[in-house]
Amino acid sequence: MEGEHMPEKGTDKVKRGLAQMLKGGVIMDVVNAEQAKIAEDAGAVAVMALERVPADIRAAGGVARMADPKKIEEIMDAVTIPVMAKVRIGHFVEAQILEAMGVDYIDESEVLTPADEHNHIDKKKFKVPFVCGARSLGEALRRIGEGAAMIRTKGEAGSGDVVEAVRHVRSVMGSIKKLVNMPEEELMTEAKNMGAPYDLVKETAKLGRLPVVNFAAGGIATPADASLMMQLGSDGIFVGSGIFKSENPAERAKAIVEATTHFDDPAILAQISKGIGKAMKGIDVKTLKEEELLQTRGV
Amino acid sequence: MKIGVLGLQGDFLEHMKMLELIIDKRDITLVKQPSDIPGLDGLIIPGGESTAIGNLMIKRGIDREIIDRSLPIFGTCAGAIILAKDIIGSDQFSLNLMDIQVERNGYGRQRESFETDLEIPLPSPDGRKKLKKFRGVFIRAPIIKSTGEGVEILSALDSDPVLVRQKNLLASTFHPELTDDPDIHRFFLEKVV
Repeated sequence: MEGEHMPEKGTDKVKRGLAQMLKGGVIMDVVNAEQAKIAEDAGAVAVMALERVPADIRAAGGVARMADPKKIEEIMDAVTIPVMAKVRIGHFVEAQILEAMGVDYIDESEVLTPADEHNHIDKKKFKVPFVCGARSLGEALRRIGEGAAMIRTKGEAGSGDVVEAVRHVRSVMGSIKKLVNMPEEELMTEAKNMGAPYDLVKETAKLGRLPVVNFAAGGIATPADASLMMQLGSDGIFVGSGIFKSENPAERAKAIVEATTHFDDPAILAQISKGIGKAMKGIDVKTLKEEELLQTRGV
Repeated sequence: MKIGVLGLQGDFLEHMKMLELIIDKRDITLVKQPSDIPGLDGLIIPGGESTAIGNLMIKRGIDREIIDRSLPIFGTCAGAIILAKDIIGSDQFSLNLMDIQVERNGYGRQRESFETDLEIPLPSPDGRKKLKKFRGVFIRAPIIKSTGEGVEILSALDSDPVLVRQKNLLASTFHPELTDDPDIHRFFLEKVV
């Protein structure tokens, strides 16, 4: 076999490519094999394997770490769709473990307690792709600069309150619009101001969108919430506590999947929002103290 | 010629961009409902998660509308799985149209995803050769384990078929829509539709 025919693994193309395949879909947090099956049957495009959903992490307090590998394996064995799992910000050894296990995507997540207050993981060293959270365009481009192959706007995980998810996606989209309309000579100063790599700022201005797929997360609890995020320009949806903290997870999961596909059709949204039981109770984000916010970790 | 791209989930926008390089934008339709199908001359089923796309097809009855019209179809990756008559070890939905047996995630999990050069039976850019090089991007790709009579193998990788045709159906286990080369899309429009 000639050298040029050798398969290349872990390239940017295949890392970013998997996220492209997830577009228009819903990624659901699950804590066991049974929930993973419910998510897959409802039409989830991937599951996030966790020990506890964010609402329970918030309630339990203490240090939140990578899930037990046994738990993650149990979920990997239960479904055929991709399985993601979370590591603490900066904890590259947790990431090495997940890569060795064959997890399909790693979420370097603010939902877990950060392991490094200054540095994120050097994600380019890994063959497995990473998704990272961001509240602004600068934060998103810093993560992409470190090698993230997918971005999710952070929102406020485990809150069931969509207000922060809206704020973050509007911030990212608004900054991109601004870049697109900026004369090229202003891009360097803009890169300096947002603390983002200049080449990625230029690329974003040229593309008119992030160079990688961008999902919305953090507080999405209803089909209408999912459609809202899609209409604001997200490529897809993460639902954490919103499904398995609701009254009827299977029905709500199906409805959120359909709402993400048919986000621009209010008649379908009305039909699928009927009779799916109570949404998670949630917490008004305004009542959270500064130190209780997850979104301010790892910026 | 009117071509639809199934837009329920997956990388359908990438397929639409490819088509825009070949035909007029006004002749490309995003298909999300059965009512989007009448009038189409061909359909592309994109990459994505085959279980999610299948679920969404059945819910709105898009599957019946496609089968009843015997539309020419090009399926990439998940799209190829949805065309297959036999999905090994799975009872998930498929259109049950193409005589191929597929194994989902045949190469393994995401860390085994890869890109490599393929040879496809289209003239080379200089017109001298009958085969041209095409970058094959394989993401959690299926493997076509066997093909029935009437299925033509257009390209293979290590003896596994990766681009196959059966009458008006075309399937690839890789993602031509993730490259800059619209030649396989052009082949679908010119020779298969």
